[in-house]
Amino acid sequence: MDAVKQVEGRAFPLALKNIDTDVIIPAHYLKTITRTGLGKGAFETIRAQPGNVFDDPEYAGAKIIVAGDNFGCGSSREHAAWALLDMGVTAVIAPSFSDIFSGNAFKNGIVTVVLPQEAVDRLVEVAKTDPITVDLEHQVVTTPFQDRFAFEIDPFRKHCLMNGLDEVGMTMARDNAISAFEARMKADRPWL
Amino acid sequence: MSSKPRTLYEKIWDAHVVERRDDGTCLIYIDRHLVHEVTSPQAFEGLRVAGRTVRRPDLTLAVPDHNLPTTPRKDVDGKRLPIADRESAQQLAALEKNAPSFGIRYIDAVAPEQGIVHVVGPEQGFSLPGTTIVCGDSHTSAHGGMGALAFGIGTSEVEHVLATQTLLLTPSKTMEVRVEGVLGAAVTPKDVVLAIIGRIGAAGGTGFVIEYTGNVFREMSVEGRLTVCNMSIEGGARAGLVAPDETTFAYLKGRPMAPQGADWDRAVAWWKSLATDPGAQYDKVVTIDASTIAPSLTWGTSPEDVVAITGVVPDPMSFADPSKQVAAQKSLDYMGLTPGMRMQDVPVEHVFIGSCTNSRIEDLRAAAVVAKGRHVAPNVRQALVVPGSGLVKAQAEAEGLDKIFIEAGFEWREPGCSMCLAMNPDKVPPGERCASTSNRNFVGRQGPGARTHLLSPAMAAAAAVTGHLADVRELVEVA
Ligand code: SF4
Repeated sequence: MDAVKQVEGRAFPLALKNIDTDVIIPAHYLKTITRTGLGKGAFETIRAQPGNVFDDPEYAGAKIIVAGDNFGCGSSREHAAWALLDMGVTAVIAPSFSDIFSGNAFKNGIVTVVLPQEAVDRLVEVAKTDPITVDLEHQVVTTPFQDRFAFEIDPFRKHCLMNGLDEVGMTMARDNAISAFEARMKADRPWL
Repeated sequence: MSSKPRTLYEKIWDAHVVERRDDGTCLIYIDRHLVHEVTSPQAFEGLRVAGRTVRRPDLTLAVPDHNLPTTPRKDVDGKRLPIADRESAQQLAALEKNAPSFGIRYIDAVAPEQGIVHVVGPEQGFSLPGTTIVCGDSHTSAHGGMGALAFGIGTSEVEHVLATQTLLLTPSKTMEVRVEGVLGAAVTPKDVVLAIIGRIGAAGGTGFVIEYTGNVFREMSVEGRLTVCNMSIEGGARAGLVAPDETTFAYLKGRPMAPQGADWDRAVAWWKSLATDPGAQYDKVVTIDASTIAPSLTWGTSPEDVVAITGVVPDPMSFADPSKQVAAQKSLDYMGLTPGMRMQDVPVEHVFIGSCTNSRIEDLRAAAVVAKGRHVAPNVRQALVVPGSGLVKAQAEAEGLDKIFIEAGFEWREPGCSMCLAMNPDKVPPGERCASTSNRNFVGRQGPGARTHLLSPAMAAAAAVTGHLADVRELVEVA
């Protein structure tokens, strides 16, 4: 997992509430054998609408989504996080998130930022013309217009995100201990 | 290490602790990792996305089994035949690509050693006593028959093991299941484990690792122990264990991946030290008198729904637990059975001899004894014999077992999971009934609407030749 200290760039303004996991990635994409490639199915129903933000060249390469309340509600599918990651999104800002989604997002290195509705409304406006910065280290979202919105985040999650530590990554950080065990094993049980 | 007497489980656990956390969780080293096509694609993808490698490809072995059709895999010119089902073909192709690209040993679909992961592991000497063994498949518990701590894991854990060769685990409680005495005529390891699950219940082992003790297991072959441990998970236990002994060592010696020479001697010495110490305490003890175990089978849709072949379909109201009464009634509706019916009067349309529970050479021999000189009954639409591996198949053919089966009207297939879970084309049609040597009788397990009775290979053969569930003791000379 990549370490995230700061996510900076254009943001998709998506002022809708209750964007559920079926909207993020429809069920018929779940038979895949991969976690990658899901970006093409992401927000399929929204993309079917003419003039949607995802197909607007203005937002090409956007790394952030600014959305309404209860983002990621619905099923537990980790595919939702995989789909966002595959389309290059590494931060989502909303007034609230479903627990399961924010857990899945975290496991995949996506920052979920909770801000009050007024702040989100302001960011939706800025997103239409200018970039946004999510500064994880200082726990603040800023804009080129001197907006500063501070946010809270669980210290453990912050630590893991900033160091790129997913569960596998955290165990990999115990490499010395594992290598020491392997050395003992080689001495004690050389047949393995 | 302390001098406190320890169980077999505790000794294996202690020997694999990389780090112990304050809350009791341990980082446990994994000695052996088996990989198949169904639960691995996203794990490999995860590694690829994160730019990670497999820490110990040398401790990992990949074999395709779940999706493979059991019909011939090569045409007359020896060219590999394509797999019709698109999704199966895709999963198989993914493994075929992932294994070499991560440097993992891979036994391909047409290799003579190919087979069900849980048959291949012991057969190759990959699964060794005192090791920790994992696979993305719950019946990994089978390898406990070698005296290994073996259990199934999910896809995210598969990825964790691939990357780190470890797992974060909390210790299990220990249960001793002691079976002592003399087994009756035609009572096989399958009957023993069905009887155990019937007694402890499908959730009886939840939170436990079972160690099987007593003269019945000491005298049992390694293949029989694999059958018993395989079904530990059906009793809710994460793993089952039989202490390694001379029988285990004789089975392993000379197998391709088993230790050789001086390593072998050292290994045997260590394996001998693993047996549970006198005075070691189990958290729970269950004792069963071997003479009370009859040739058995299941009547319902839970592996705990066990009855002797001489028995009748139970009345749901006969269960004390009201939730079990409801479950039993549902089971009977699904199974198309009525209380009081004699099990031996139940006709079957399908017979499946195979799966990681009962597809080894001793299983096929036992079924062949019953099939020999008889014929599959006219009402049986399909009787499949699916060897657990290419090597089992070759051995059976060398002994002429294939001819016995084919002459009796059975189909002789290529190795794989087959009708055990019906991911490949081998399925039981809706509403039809199968006498099956596999391990799960869940609703729809052998195909949507399929009705499964779990039983031993000899009993499955008996059902095939009589056309109904039958007491094998009436068909063969029993000593
Ligand atoms: S034979 Fe059945 S239980 Fe065994 S590994 Fe295959 S699908 Fe799983």
